[in-house]
Amino acid sequence: MSVIAAERIKLTSTRSPWWCAAFGVVATIGVASISMTAEDPTGFTGVTSTQLGYGLGMAVVMVMATLAVTTEYSVGMIRTTFLAVPNRTVSLLAKTVVVAVAAGLIGLVTAFGSWAIGLVLMPDADLALHGATEWRQVAGVALVFLVAAVFAVAVGVLVRHTAGAVAIVLTWALMIEQLLALIPGFEPVVTWLPFQAAKQFLLAGQTPEGLGLTEQPWAAMGYFAAVSTALLAVAIGVAKRRDA
Amino acid sequence: MIETRGLTKRYGATLAVDDLSFTVHPGRVTGFLGPNGAGKSTTMRMILGLDRPTSGHALVNGRPYEELDHPLRTVGALLDAKWVHPNRSARAHLRWLARSNRLPASRVDEVLDQVGLTDVAERRAGAYSLGMSQRLGIAGALLGDPEILLFDEPVNGLDPEGIVWIREFMRRLAGEGRSVLVSSHLLPEMALSATELVVIGRGRLITQSTTAEFVESATCSSVRVRSPRLLELAEVLMRNGMDVQAAPGGERTLVVSGSDTDRIGELAAGAGIALHELAPHRGSLEEAFMHITGHDVEYTAGDPARDRTDRTERIDSAATAAAGR
Repeated sequence: MSVIAAERIKLTSTRSPWWCAAFGVVATIGVASISMTAEDPTGFTGVTSTQLGYGLGMAVVMVMATLAVTTEYSVGMIRTTFLAVPNRTVSLLAKTVVVAVAAGLIGLVTAFGSWAIGLVLMPDADLALHGATEWRQVAGVALVFLVAAVFAVAVGVLVRHTAGAVAIVLTWALMIEQLLALIPGFEPVVTWLPFQAAKQFLLAGQTPEGLGLTEQPWAAMGYFAAVSTALLAVAIGVAKRRDA
Repeated sequence: MIETRGLTKRYGATLAVDDLSFTVHPGRVTGFLGPNGAGKSTTMRMILGLDRPTSGHALVNGRPYEELDHPLRTVGALLDAKWVHPNRSARAHLRWLARSNRLPASRVDEVLDQVGLTDVAERRAGAYSLGMSQRLGIAGALLGDPEILLFDEPVNGLDPEGIVWIREFMRRLAGEGRSVLVSSHLLPEMALSATELVVIGRGRLITQSTTAEFVESATCSSVRVRSPRLLELAEVLMRNGMDVQAAPGGERTLVVSGSDTDRIGELAAGAGIALHELAPHRGSLEEAFMHITGHDVEYTAGDPARDRTDRTERIDSAATAAAGR
């Protein structure tokens, strides 16, 4: 616990995570507001219509998570970390937990913030949180941010350089997966892409359309979490072997 | 107590640390001496579990660093003053360090006071001068009140005031009964603060001894001899196992190492050779250091048998040259 507390002090004692958090919240809610004011009534899909900005918030949160690792590597501070907590599994896991929880909290604020704005902008729409499906579609954003942060931390540990790690994280999550989805004949593969699974988790309705594993929302979420955790395990394994 | 046994680190084709075994005894300042690139920093990083040895191991109080509970309470290290987040305040930096090893937050103020950074503790570490960064690093090392301290080139780049401060600080730490291992490439600096020396060159141990012994053996080993019968004298001295060379720039003068004035005088008298000059020559610490580390390079480079013949030839030619032929 003391290591987690130490990582919490680290994350909160520089300004950039606060800026990232503020920017992520404002930008996500902003994008959600624009999409809701421009909403064509026929395209209304329930509470998910209020969460269309989540991709932007997720990108910001992933940048924050990547930076939490790579800035330590770039200034050599990771060595100070490993001097204080030489068990690298413990020190890197503690960092992951703190960053992921922070990402989850940002996700909660953006999700319910966007939803609240929706109530204001679309007073006639049915945005009530009727049951588990609606709660998943809104509060699930927090879970997606949390797992996305784990993914980003893992890439940060593996790559170590800020520019490279941020580029990989963002192009993968925001571009490569989307581009693959556009290639004809790639549909079976696409459902197994981690961020597509996360999207499925958030957007799936009450009765999922397909029967594939990643079309079941919670299975999709589990898959996304499993991929990110596996990547983290690989990253920690690599960090343990190499020179700090 | 720090022990290294057969510590080796290889980077590709380069052997940075080669089968290094030494012991840092408790309660004194041990200087870790070697030219730049000798492997001092790599060795210290391996002792602290940061770099993985290719083979061999390093133990701190009998255990690998990784197995120490709350290691900051046992070992404090300052390897690089820049290993802090530039946008974090000094106080926040020390706070997380303290927290990670379950040290009371009050220690942060105590060490800030000890190194004289209390007034600037809220400033971001990136805005610190090198001297201030160095003090912050020392504050971090002292946080857990450790019995063992490691400093890597702590006076490098500091102004005279900072150098004096560090030097006195290290003496005070040893005076409190702590073991201090401090690396440097400057022997005079070490002679001022260290009582024990571990000397390495090209990643290999050259010698471990007290500073006094080292300085004595390294600097007082040559004698200037002038004689009208120089060639005969050289022969007599070499027959008695001494290393004889022509004095640079001196006509009819030899520099003899591996002996003292008493013995050379007696040998000359025994052979009936008159001496015109017989003087011990004490070299500077830098010369001694160069001599000793240079020697190591010589031994590692060639095969020993050939090295011996080379030396004999050299002495012959030296004696011939000195005799003025």
